Amino acid sequence: MISFSQVSKRYPGGHRALHDVSFTVETGELVFVCGPSGAGKSTLLKLLVAMERPTSGNIIVNGQNVGALKPRAIPFLRRNFGLVVQDHKLLYDRNVYENVALPLRILGYPEKGAARRVRAALDKVGLLKHERALPITLSGGEQQRLCIARAIVHRPRILVADEPTGNLDAEYGAAIGELIRALHQVGVTIIIATHDQTLLAQLAPRVIALKDGKLAA
Amino acid sequence: MMAWLAQHRHAVAAACARFAAAPLGTALNVLALGIALSLPVALLVLIDNLQKGAQHITAEPQLSLYMDLSATREQALEIGKRLASNAGVRGARLVPREQALQELKQNSGLADVIDTLPGNPLPDAYVIDPRDGSPPALAALRSQFAAMPHVAQVELDAAWARRLDAGLRLGRLIVAIITALLALALIAITFNTVRLQVLTQREEIEVAKLIGATDTYVRRPFLYYGALQGCAGALLGWLIVAGGVWLVNRNLAELSQVYASLFELQYPNHTEVIELVAGAIAVNWFGAFLSVGRHLTLVEPGRH
Ligand SMILES: Nc1ncnc2c1ncn2[C@@H]1O[C@H](COP(=O)(O)OP(=O)(O)OP(=O)(O)O)[C@@H](O)[C@H]1O
Ligand SMILES: [Mg+2]
Repeated sequence: MISFSQVSKRYPGGHRALHDVSFTVETGELVFVCGPSGAGKSTLLKLLVAMERPTSGNIIVNGQNVGALKPRAIPFLRRNFGLVVQDHKLLYDRNVYENVALPLRILGYPEKGAARRVRAALDKVGLLKHERALPITLSGGEQQRLCIARAIVHRPRILVADEPTGNLDAEYGAAIGELIRALHQVGVTIIIATHDQTLLAQLAPRVIALKDGKLAA
Repeated sequence: MMAWLAQHRHAVAAACARFAAAPLGTALNVLALGIALSLPVALLVLIDNLQKGAQHITAEPQLSLYMDLSATREQALEIGKRLASNAGVRGARLVPREQALQELKQNSGLADVIDTLPGNPLPDAYVIDPRDGSPPALAALRSQFAAMPHVAQVELDAAWARRLDAGLRLGRLIVAIITALLALALIAITFNTVRLQVLTQREEIEVAKLIGATDTYVRRPFLYYGALQGCAGALLGWLIVAGGVWLVNRNLAELSQVYASLFELQYPNHTEVIELVAGAIAVNWFGAFLSVGRHLTLVEPGRH
């Protein structure tokens, strides 16, 4: 379903964030991308969702070459993903409900069903009672969970999450772990960048280890 | 279809929310558009009214046809027959040259001078009432009569009406030029406001794109924003002109008692108002389209 072959990424300025990375992820797999800070985990996920283009190598998602997609095709690639980015990217002038409803709105999902789905997603991350709150009034961990709710509300086939438990305490971390497990069980392909050892121990996933932009054995 | 409608509804709501988010800026923008648009509309109303007035005054124009001095009475009567059978002529009255001279003597006080003349310097003439008093119809009749045998000259006694008509046509041309310039100004205004909108909505656009929004989706609220602003501006422009007409009419009411109801300005008609609103919407939509196309590429997730 997803394959990287000999992918390298050099940022403008010359820094090489990824070097000759190859791997494949099958449909329904649960994969963690691990490694120390600066290893290139976020870069790898950004290449996957076409936020960045690889300097060389090919990235194939559902048979499409991501690096060669025309700009107008990129939105349709991204609709395969539920995306949790490291810097949240919440809309701070919209309340919790509206933030989560955004993907459904973009996909043109009918209003009535949408409300049900938004509440289900909020319930899963324990934010239902904050429905009307503005994100700025939420704690860091709550904002993190809001991101997860927004990523799963449209039931994507692939969940891509960058440090989804970064700001969470152990209890909520474990709850998110269970949520990920449940998604995995219903067949969602999941790729998570993290250095959360507890989460790793909880889910025992396949691990792609990165160090200085290269695959580590 | 339902989803498509819902998306447009959301886009309109988003555009309205942007208006509401900056009520003062929006009000000033709409005011600028309204005042700008009221100018050509006011000129058009003025021209329409002048034209109406001119038609009123020149409702009964006449043509004067002068025979050659050398033409015989038979030849003049021959022309009279042809005039009588002409479809464009309601009536034609012969003024024999003797009668013309007689009238001149009586009216001018130059009887002594005229008596010293060796012959009659005046030709036979016809005064013609046309069926259709419009300037183009009169001009057509005139060239038709001028081509008849032994006719020296045909004069339009309402030549000034033609000049007024030409003047009004020039006025319309000027209004068209002003309108074109204003359209450019409107495009520039919208281009700029939408540029600011795109920049302040940067985060939102970025998030939407990240989630898989197409450019069409992202562009839509901005286009509605431009169109709504144009619509509001046009309605304000119309209100300004209508208010002006109302004020003038109120002040003319006293004059009107003297001169019947000749002096009453007409309001802009339905077609003009619809054209104004549709035109402003189209122009502002276009300005927004240019702006959002130009500035959207600057907002890409991951690029800073
Ligand atoms: N936009 C950018 N321009 C230039 N260099 C960048 C850019 N983004 C990342 N880098 C560099 O690429 C390297 C890998 O960054 P990346 O964000 O992928 O690391 P990471 O593994 O996600 O780290 P962390 O665990 O801290 O999130 C880093 O050295 C970083 O400085
Ligand atoms: Mg990172």
